[in-house]
Parts: sequence; C-alpha cells; structure tokens
Amino acid sequence: MSQHSIKPHGHNEQSHDSTGHDHGSYRSYLTGFVLAAILTIIPFAVVMSGGFDSRVLTAVTVIGFAVVQVLVHMVYFLHMNTRSDEGWTMLSMIFTIIVVVIMIAGSVWVMFNLNTNMMPSMDHESFQGFGS
Amino acid sequence: MSTVTHTDTPAVYWETEPHHHPEGGSTRLGFWIYLMSDCLMFAVLFAVFAVVGQSYAAGPGPKALFDLNLIAINTGFLLVSSITFGFAMLAMYEGRQARMQIWLAVTLLLGLAFLALEIYEFHHLIELGAGPQRSAFLSAFFALVGTHGLHVLFGCIWLVTLMVQINQKGLIPANTRRMECLSMFWHFLDVIWIGVFTFVYLLGMI
Repeated sequence: MSQHSIKPHGHNEQSHDSTGHDHGSYRSYLTGFVLAAILTIIPFAVVMSGGFDSRVLTAVTVIGFAVVQVLVHMVYFLHMNTRSDEGWTMLSMIFTIIVVVIMIAGSVWVMFNLNTNMMPSMDHESFQGFGS
Repeated sequence: MSTVTHTDTPAVYWETEPHHHPEGGSTRLGFWIYLMSDCLMFAVLFAVFAVVGQSYAAGPGPKALFDLNLIAINTGFLLVSSITFGFAMLAMYEGRQARMQIWLAVTLLLGLAFLALEIYEFHHLIELGAGPQRSAFLSAFFALVGTHGLHVLFGCIWLVTLMVQINQKGLIPANTRRMECLSMFWHFLDVIWIGVFTFVYLLGMI
C-alpha cells in the first residue's frame, strides 16, 4: 500500500466513489451548516423569548424544527442517499426509524394510560416549586 | 474457420470462489449498522425520559435547573465541530494531510470544549443537590445526557488515536476507512444532540 494511494478528488459539486458514497464538497458542507444553524437558532430564540401563548404551539414548532434539522444533518453531513451500498444504508435506517417510533410512541402511550389509571388523582399544581 | 469449435473446459454453473470484495469494502455498512443499534439504545433512553421526565418527586424541575444560554453555546460547539470534521474529510480526499490534521485538531478542541461545559453543568447540578438520585426526572436526565457525553468522550479519544496513526503511517487506505467511520460517528452524535436539546432542554423550559 503506497503512501499516496488516495486519488485526489476535485472541488466539483458532488464526488462519488464506486460504491455510491458521497463525499460532499465545501459548498454542500457550508449549505448544511448554514441551514442547521438557522434551524437551531430559531427554536432556541422562540423558547428563550418565552414562547408563544399556546404551549402546544411552541412544542410543535420546536419539534418541527428538530425533525427538519435531523434531515438536514442526514443529507449534508452524513451524505445519506439511496445509492450507497446498494441502498442497504437507507434500508437499515428506515428499519431503525420504524423500531424507534414504535418503541417511543408505545412506551409513552402505555405508561400514560398506566399513570392515569393507577395513580390517585392529585393536584400537581400545589406541588410546583416545593423544594425547588 | 467457420466451424464452431468446442472447447474442452466444462461449463461452470456455480462460482467456486466467493465474490471478491475489496478489503474493508463492507466496513462502512457494518459501522452504519452499529450506529443504528446505538440509535436504538438512545431511543430507549429518550423513551425513559419521556415517561419519567415529569416525575420530579417534589424536587427541582427543568426551569429551576437548566440554563439555556449554556446549552446554546454547547450546541454551537457541536455544530461547528461537525463542519470542521467535514472539512478534515474533504482535505483527506484531496490528499492534503497537514491541512486535515489542523481541521482535526480544531474538531478535537471543540469536542473537548463541549465536554468541559457539560461536566461543568453536571457538577453545578450535583452541587445544587440535583444529582441523579434526587428524582426519576434527574435519573433519566443524567442517564440520557451522560450517555451522549460519554460517546463524545470516546469520539475524542478515537480522534486523538487516529491523528497519531495518520501522523505515523500517512493516509493509507486503512486510515482513510477509519476516518470515514469516525466521521459518521461524529455526525451521528450531533444528530442525537438535536434530540437532546429539543426534548430535554427546550421542551422542558416551555
């Protein structure tokens, strides 16, 4: 193995190797970074300025920005595409997402029902600030 | 010679040799599958936090404990470290080793800065009496954020190891492959951090 066996890739837009892996470019990394920064700053600004009147609206906004930012990171930083490793990368990720959604949604759903059915009703508001 | 000539070699109906893949050709996919299993582990920790994240045991809640300015700075460190690692990868594909080492060093510094702020935050919470044993919320918080922090720590150790190896052996294919794996690991940790700052810090402060 020689010291300089890495073939130099040019600055062209997108460089791929034989297995469909995408190396990205300075421009794609910068695009991803600017998008990610905007998608981070907005939810932080929303929450730090006190949020909207409706807590649900604030929560939905923050989660929405997070989902979009995860997609931006996947595309621009992790270079996800349907071609790399003949699509196995994408397939294993879709499988993982399905398992994760079932696990988190199922846990929250089951435990929420368990709590509301098993716990004696209690006024949580009266405990706010106690000991904090 | 217009007649069809039959060769004596028998027809081959199956391949006696297994398909030849270039050495390390499947490493990327294997590492990706490791990351997906790591993702499942984080998903369990997120699920635990979602279930017990409101169980304060009459102790302090997120609003009394978290400082969003600190979290915003930490998020910035990780985000910038993602792009500096990307630049290191691009320098590597261009074969510019010195340039790559500089970007890796910047990435390492950002990773260590992230860890320092996180350790400061944990230390601050424990000093306030809000350690992991205070309430189910704090146990889940320390388990989730601490596991992410440990991943960043191991990423930093791996980064130092690779910098030394590349310094000694150059950009041989094995080192390129290792860099590709660490790059995926580093960007993956940034993706997990998006979940952490959204679900633990931002939603906790609403």
